[in-house]
Amino acid sequence: MGTDSGKETPARRSRRRPKRRLATAKLRRRMTALLLVAPLLLFLGVMFLYPIALLLWRSVHDPLIADTMPRTIEALRDWDGRSLPGESAFAALVADLAAARADKMATKIGSRLNIEVAGLRRSVDRVARQAETLGHGPYRNAVVALDERWGEPESWRAVQRLGWRVTPLNYLAAADLQLDAEGRIVPKPADRRIYLALFGRTLWMSALVTAACLAIAYPLAYFLANLPERLSNILRIVVLVPLWTSLLVRTAAWIVLLQTQGVLNDLLVWSGVTSDAGRIKLIFNAFGTVVAMIHILLPFMVLTLYSVMKAIPDNYMRAAQSLGAGRIVAFWRVYVPSTRPGINAGCLLVFILATGYYITPALVGGDSGQMISNMIAYHMRETLNWGLAAALATMLLAAIVILFQVYSRFVGLDRFRLG
Amino acid sequence: MTKRNRHGVWIAGLLAMLAAPPAVAEGNLTVVGWGGAYSEAQLKAQIEPFEAETGVDVTTESYSGGVAELKAQVESGAVTWDVIDMELSDAVRACDDGLLEPVGGLALVPAADGTPAAEDYLPGGLFECGVGTSYVSAIIAYNASAFAGDKPTQVADFFDLERFPGKRALYRNPSRTLELTLLADGVPGDKVYEVLATKEGQDRAFAKLDSIRSSIVWWEAGAQAPQLLADKEATMAIAWNGRIFNAQVKEKQPFEILWDAQVLELSAWVIAKDAPNRQAAEDFVVFASSPASLARVATYIPYGPSRRSASALVGKNPDTGIEMAPYLPTAPDHLANVVQLDPEFWATHGDVLNERFAAWLAQ
Repeated sequence: MGTDSGKETPARRSRRRPKRRLATAKLRRRMTALLLVAPLLLFLGVMFLYPIALLLWRSVHDPLIADTMPRTIEALRDWDGRSLPGESAFAALVADLAAARADKMATKIGSRLNIEVAGLRRSVDRVARQAETLGHGPYRNAVVALDERWGEPESWRAVQRLGWRVTPLNYLAAADLQLDAEGRIVPKPADRRIYLALFGRTLWMSALVTAACLAIAYPLAYFLANLPERLSNILRIVVLVPLWTSLLVRTAAWIVLLQTQGVLNDLLVWSGVTSDAGRIKLIFNAFGTVVAMIHILLPFMVLTLYSVMKAIPDNYMRAAQSLGAGRIVAFWRVYVPSTRPGINAGCLLVFILATGYYITPALVGGDSGQMISNMIAYHMRETLNWGLAAALATMLLAAIVILFQVYSRFVGLDRFRLG
Repeated sequence: MTKRNRHGVWIAGLLAMLAAPPAVAEGNLTVVGWGGAYSEAQLKAQIEPFEAETGVDVTTESYSGGVAELKAQVESGAVTWDVIDMELSDAVRACDDGLLEPVGGLALVPAADGTPAAEDYLPGGLFECGVGTSYVSAIIAYNASAFAGDKPTQVADFFDLERFPGKRALYRNPSRTLELTLLADGVPGDKVYEVLATKEGQDRAFAKLDSIRSSIVWWEAGAQAPQLLADKEATMAIAWNGRIFNAQVKEKQPFEILWDAQVLELSAWVIAKDAPNRQAAEDFVVFASSPASLARVATYIPYGPSRRSASALVGKNPDTGIEMAPYLPTAPDHLANVVQLDPEFWATHGDVLNERFAAWLAQ
């Protein structure tokens, strides 16, 4: 018997048993808790995580061409991408498109290829319709005679690239990039670059809205928190009523106020600041969008700040002043730092809401006030290019996650309070 | 009934709700239109007579165009729409994507003199997935009270900011905007798409738009164009002719339409893929594409019927007593220089032009 046997004395065992029992009890309690929140987790998973995952997947998953043109993709496997492919590729194309036409897939193939190279829709349609008349070949000259686009390597490159089931093409398009003839990533021609500038504008306008909201909301929340009850109640209603008013009504109200024949311009002309011909364009541009967004997002900032300010005891300021600080110094060095959690949370809330804003820019944005969400909606609704819409949305999500990380590193995640 | 039994009924009911798609009563039909005055015209001229004749109970819905909602319904397998009034260019795209049932086999009503429907329709009025309804026209209109002296007389004046100062209201969409721009730049109607298919032609259209860029006010919903004119936010506007007609007649606005050039667009009845009431949907499409039915719509709203024999049948508006034929975009003296919106062109070149238009807007 060594010294170790001491561990197995009944005394020690009995001392350990409660520990084990405690652990089991803890585990059981944890399992019960998990079971209780299971419906919530399930709900989050189904309603929140699953759609986002689906969105991410949709932006890279594009199996249409791989599924419907397997022979052509196979025939192009060893093609150099520069010369015209050989007879076998043309034969495969005819066979694939004939089969696709029978399955009513030919038009889908055409509209997908057309996104990459304008005009291919018609080229696909012609070959699919005429496939039977081509007999047993040779196909190459016959197909090029049907539609000369099949004599251009560019068309074949589009087919080859769309043959990847998992594709980076949507992300390239969303970053204003494209693949050139050699397969290198190059910027799009200047007259077709859209998205990067829009991303920049979205972030810039959101930052502007956030800063303006903070500047307006801070004094407002201060009064709300410090005025006598009766006055602050009235003020609170003034802050809340816009929040309860429909977003469309508020946006339309800004149109009435700011349009060139609107109230504000009438006032300016009447007071002689501008002439009747020199009315200022205040809405249907970036300016009008920022103004309307500030108005709509302001309550979020006010309420966040208010909830923090309400919790700051009056004693702090009094203590600072009794220790010799002037009112301004005490405000700046004691009061403002105590409201930091509210500032952080309010700015984050408003900024993230602003980056995803859609209706207001759509209604009053004109052309200079459009944001990236309008482009996402456009591709969802109008062009039906859901892959590109998903890629743009994912990039926006990624940008916000990165900014959130930087922000939380900068100010500390624990220093948030939403009330 | 014992308590346990009642539970059983509840559970069975719940299971039935989960398992079966919402049951649709026999003899129902959902018809989707554009809303506003146009849907009202279709309701009075087509849907109500159809209900009276067949006993089918029609539910109407409205949408703002596009294919997205239909695509979502078909892809999720929960189709609730039956018949949809769709712009032809959207209908071609939806047909490409397999979102529509073919309607080529329908036995359409022949013209009064016996001409088969296929010959009675104007060119392009029938295609694989759609049956034409009415021609809507994108025109250029102006507010006569905005110009003291000379009034605009031709579409080219739209781009003449010196003689006709003031803002221009444009549809924020390359289709129709680019066609009208080229028409105003002197391209004849039958050459517009030929020009617009080339890089040089596109450059030309965008350069022309650039020349009035600082004076453009954009609109997106059809009702905005007459509103902008009425508010004097714009002195001239690209608009739908029906909206301008409404403002002229109902609101007595001093608006005038420049009929020397226009972009005609056909809309079509289409049937959703896997429509829940396919038989009733087909009956309705046949009913609502008869010459008499198309002519009735035109008495409520000045959109041109897509069948030759229907034009002669267009009478007076039942409410105002106005003779409608002269207001139709298809009236003989309005057809001097016409672009018929080409869905094939937009299906082919739309991606590039949309992208370029968006980039131009963002500049």
